[in-house]
Amino acid sequence: MSKRRNAPPEGKDLLKGSRRDFLKQSSLLSAAALTPGTLIRAANEQWDEKVADAFEKLPLNLEVNGVKYSVNVEPRVTLLDLLREQLNLTGSKKGCDRGQCGACTVHVNGVRINSCLSLALCNEGKKVTTIEGLAKGDVLHPMQEAFIKHDGFQCGYCTSGQIMSAVALVKEGRTQSPGEISEFMSGNICRCGAYSNIVKAIQEVKNSQS
Amino acid sequence: MNPFQYTRSSAASGAIQSLVKEPQAHFLAGGTNLIDLIKMGVLRPERLVDINALPLRGIEAIAGGLRIGALASNSEVADHPLVLQDYPLLAQAINAGASPQLRNMATVGGNIMQRTRCNYFFDTAMPCNKRSPGSGCGALDGYNRMHALFGASEKCIAVNPSDMNVALTALEAVVHVKGPKRDRKIAFSDFHRLPGDHPEKDNTLERTELIISVDLPANSFNRHVHYLKVRDRTSFAFALISVAAALDLEGDKIKGARLAMGGVAHKPWRLHGAEAFLLGKTSGEDVFRQAARIAMQGAKAYKYNQFKLTLAPNAILQALKTASSLG
Repeated sequence: MSKRRNAPPEGKDLLKGSRRDFLKQSSLLSAAALTPGTLIRAANEQWDEKVADAFEKLPLNLEVNGVKYSVNVEPRVTLLDLLREQLNLTGSKKGCDRGQCGACTVHVNGVRINSCLSLALCNEGKKVTTIEGLAKGDVLHPMQEAFIKHDGFQCGYCTSGQIMSAVALVKEGRTQSPGEISEFMSGNICRCGAYSNIVKAIQEVKNSQS
Repeated sequence: MNPFQYTRSSAASGAIQSLVKEPQAHFLAGGTNLIDLIKMGVLRPERLVDINALPLRGIEAIAGGLRIGALASNSEVADHPLVLQDYPLLAQAINAGASPQLRNMATVGGNIMQRTRCNYFFDTAMPCNKRSPGSGCGALDGYNRMHALFGASEKCIAVNPSDMNVALTALEAVVHVKGPKRDRKIAFSDFHRLPGDHPEKDNTLERTELIISVDLPANSFNRHVHYLKVRDRTSFAFALISVAAALDLEGDKIKGARLAMGGVAHKPWRLHGAEAFLLGKTSGEDVFRQAARIAMQGAKAYKYNQFKLTLAPNAILQALKTASSLG
């Protein structure tokens, strides 16, 4: 799987400096050179914003679920927002956006992390796996099957994060007891309280592998 | 988050120079604290200097101890065979903090630099001398349940939130740092500071200095150790009180003791008096109870953290009992 997707080229080197510098400069230029009619049209179409965005973005190459992406992102965009807003992979959820709930859990180079606290640009050259990358075609991952079988969710909002965490947990070998599973799943909060069924699902996958 | 610029650094000297040139630039490592603080508007950097590509991830035995690279993740340290074998107290403390996902991201250097979790520091609508010097301390007469018992000032009663730091204090770690002009090492007990009149300064590191590694000297505290963390939930919550206890026992005789507390001061709080008392004593509940009493001398509680005056000595007693296998 290596279909390559390229975002349109953008002139990152054309202007060095911050968005603020650019807006200052462009406002001066606008005031000096443009007719009122053009100014209104520019404002309506948000030219300043669009052009400033392009200048500020930096190139990023990464692989998500086996697909290579070359994109341009603003420095403050998190990996979670890149996945959801630019790559249209909305399986990873934004819960607290502060690293407290775990709904955004993905694997980066095989390790589970909170994608809401990772700047997208910090993931240059890395391999990301999201919930969309677990199933093989129509065949669900064993952890997905087990969550369904054991009713490991109610509303489902935390579920993709729970499953990504659970898959990593089994690999980490932290499944010796229900207590250990709970402790090492503590970064994933479930408001519906499906915890006991989540532990059962994880135990089933662990037992089927040993 | 406010807009900021981003630089990926490939050498420590270059990263340091970036901070010398720009007063509003910050180093970015794991980001688990920094990105959170930027989202909350507590910090508004103009540039982040990403240091994750620097070759500072290694964990290796060195003459007289262990060297942990500043960019080693918390998980890598807690799972490392040499840490588990020689410094199990550190592994216990790290695993008591945060969640597995956060420990996979957070680095050792970043954990040392972690800012307080005082709600008044995080809430930009409230006064806080640490965030905004001179604005006052919201916690002093506010909801100060999580706050300090030792070493606080009228300017700040916040506590250092790190579990790892409590163990590193007990283990007498040494922090190696690189600056624009010189390299230096800082004893862990001198790294963090008390708030005094300048609570905006958490530690003695200069803004342009970068943590390179943390060295752990060899010791004989690898058998009778316990990190006890008391918190509002079973897991994934900051400490109300935590205790790092390590004993060097010959039979019942205490040949050496290390004790430090978390959740009680602006810095990880080493219990020198209690350690000295334990030396040469026969381990037992009464002796531990007396050590805990000594450790609590000088404690000062506020309106909502009075319970810590009882909880803390009980936690010390329990940590020592567990460490010495008394139960």
